[in-house]
Amino acid sequence: MNSKAERPLSPHLTIWKWGPHMTVSILHRVTGGAITIAGLAILSWWLASLAGGEAAYAGFAKVAQSPAGMIVLVGLTWAFWQHLFSGLRHLVLDTGAGYELKVNRFWAIMTLVGSLIATAVTWYLLMGVGK
Amino acid sequence: MSQGASATPLGKVRGLGSAHHGGGHWLEERFTSVALVLLSFWLLFSLLMLPNFEIATLKEWLGSAWGAIPMALFVVTAFRHGLDGLKVSVDDYVHDEGNRIAVHYILTMAAIAGASVALFALARIVFGAPAA
Repeated sequence: MNSKAERPLSPHLTIWKWGPHMTVSILHRVTGGAITIAGLAILSWWLASLAGGEAAYAGFAKVAQSPAGMIVLVGLTWAFWQHLFSGLRHLVLDTGAGYELKVNRFWAIMTLVGSLIATAVTWYLLMGVGK
Repeated sequence: MSQGASATPLGKVRGLGSAHHGGGHWLEERFTSVALVLLSFWLLFSLLMLPNFEIATLKEWLGSAWGAIPMALFVVTAFRHGLDGLKVSVDDYVHDEGNRIAVHYILTMAAIAGASVALFALARIVFGAPAA
């Protein structure tokens, strides 16, 4: 193929004005990667520590309740909700609906708003367990 | 794969796409996603219904059929969906065929290993450790 041919090229990332739909799109991959790699590793570790008994579970709980552990867990909770809301949006888009500019923009923003609210509510409720 | 004039619409798409799996991988990702919405809500509400997060409470919950069976389904479905998603990302960014197969292989092995650890741990919780 002659790359010097005078033909229109597909516009690339640099010429587009950044919008919420682009943010949500890349966040879907980033959050999916995070909950798969970090989230499933922690799930396996959590189950293994429960199977291992008191000492193993105490070790898990100590790390999970440390400041760094809490930052990771809250971050993964947000990643989970963002991926879930964005995933639901994708299931709708898969049917061919929701591509109108304003509608698309509105639901992209709503996944961001929804994930923040859901993360706050989740941890408010989790902190209440046992109290 | 030969594509004669008599190929059906399904026959024409099978084996296509950047992963060479036609539409099957795409569909599987969507089926598992819907299952994970339900299983994730089950996990979240189950945790919130527990009186506390002591080890005895958690083991009693996961040791029961109502804890163990959905958790086993969650583990298998989540690893499957996560692996599907990571593979799609790899397909988009790793263009060399040999590297692509190698990264797919490593990811698949890691997912099987991780799911095995989780399922073995769950089995230990349900059935207990063998008497020494």
